[in-house]
Amino acid sequence: MGEMKFEESLKKLEKIVEDLEKGDLSLDEALKKYQEGIDLSRSCSQRLDNAKKKIDVLTKNKKGEFDLKPVEEESLEDGE
Amino acid sequence: MEDLFAPQHNKTNGRYVYTVSEITRDIKLIFENTFADVWVEGEVSNYRPSSSGHYYFSLKDENSVLSAVMFSRLAREVKFKLEDGLKVVCFGCIDVYPPRGQYQLIIERVEPKGIGSLQLALEQLKQKLEKEGFFALERKRQLPYLPKKIALVTSISGAAIKDILKVLSRRFADAHIIVKSVLVQGAGAREEISTAIRELNEYNDSLPVSEKIEVMIVGRGGGSMEDLWAFNEEIVARAIYSSEIPVISAVGHERDWTIADLVADVRAPTPSVAAELVLPRKEDLKEKIDAFSTALKNAFADILAGNGTTVETLIHRMHLAMEHAFLINRSEFENAVKKLLLLNPAILIQQSLDKIKNALRQMNVRIQHIFELREAAFRAAAGKLANLSPLNILARGYSITFTEPSGKIIKDARIVNEGDMIKTKLDKGEIISEVKGVIFNG
Repeated sequence: MGEMKFEESLKKLEKIVEDLEKGDLSLDEALKKYQEGIDLSRSCSQRLDNAKKKIDVLTKNKKGEFDLKPVEEESLEDGE
Repeated sequence: MEDLFAPQHNKTNGRYVYTVSEITRDIKLIFENTFADVWVEGEVSNYRPSSSGHYYFSLKDENSVLSAVMFSRLAREVKFKLEDGLKVVCFGCIDVYPPRGQYQLIIERVEPKGIGSLQLALEQLKQKLEKEGFFALERKRQLPYLPKKIALVTSISGAAIKDILKVLSRRFADAHIIVKSVLVQGAGAREEISTAIRELNEYNDSLPVSEKIEVMIVGRGGGSMEDLWAFNEEIVARAIYSSEIPVISAVGHERDWTIADLVADVRAPTPSVAAELVLPRKEDLKEKIDAFSTALKNAFADILAGNGTTVETLIHRMHLAMEHAFLINRSEFENAVKKLLLLNPAILIQQSLDKIKNALRQMNVRIQHIFELREAAFRAAAGKLANLSPLNILARGYSITFTEPSGKIIKDARIVNEGDMIKTKLDKGEIISEVKGVIFNG
């Protein structure tokens, strides 16, 4: 599940809610879906809280090769 | 010596005298030849458009005034509104109107002073690109939801990047930001911006599908129209137009519109807004997740409740069914027990025994009866018998003779031979004798 994109997790969660709301599941299936849904919502919340952006500067050298160099956001603020 | 160049007529005492028409005609010739294509800069005053669409006004500066007219055919082409006090640059020619002895500037083109030529160029480019379909709404692509990779084409030392990153930090920035730093104004800016857009697309081509740049923000912070000008350049417009990666333009402030804004998939009024467009708010997502989570719990609770009633109903029904079955079974059971009881060999035996007993009793009764009858008969018989008893006969003097030792009653003399032993029973005692002779006279 950690591999799943946040968006996919969210979509899957939405689907589970829809499935449950249809209410035509057996108790066993419903319980399974419910558990899965709770896990998804928990992992989504965690990812929201832990989200961290990564910044790179892309350059292209004379040979036509691309290169990514990480940048600290703070260094940009300092440069003002 | 005669002046060959002097006019030949109206000479008075060596002076040349013009008529008004003559001099006006000359002035007209001189003016109109000398000022056939001139640029005049001044401030608009006494602006009075005519009902037929001609513009009449004066151009003035601190010391002078020049009458001006723009005829409707050309006036229609003016994109901005003329008004008193506006500094303009006009192109046209000087015309002299002899009947009034007045001259005026006949304007062919008028531009606001300073940005007029840019404005004109912009207008020209806009029309050209519009014809090529650069601004067509059906070309506009939807922005991705929650892009994992976002490119920025802006100056790394500018205000825009700081604004964008600041906003992204407050949002759900679970993303990789790729910055392509470019000059955003001055010479070389348009080339750098357009190259950056192209190179990002080229770089994106080398990335696997799951790692593609999903959206790009092209822009800069606020500035004068000249500062923003690179974003009005055709080369930049064409780069945006050709970008495979959807483009958000974010140039200057709300009021600034550039060609880049018109070509981009989405125009953000400012770089900050571009950042807001590209990533949703954390709180919104949190609310969404919470809403899902609540809906999930409710739906599950409903299912549980539904199943609960089902279970209860089922239990109830089961009870009923069991009771019913039990009742049926009980009656069946009782019947069976009865049957069973009926079939019980003990009972049968008992019954048989009873029957037997009854039979016996009846038999006994009968036997008793029979016995009684017989007894009576017997007694009667016995009485008779007693009378008939040989013993009684013996008493009357008869005797019975038996063979000895076989004891057969001898009723025929021929069953004995001479010498056989015989026994004679008398009323009292017996006599054993030997046969001395047999006489048969039967």
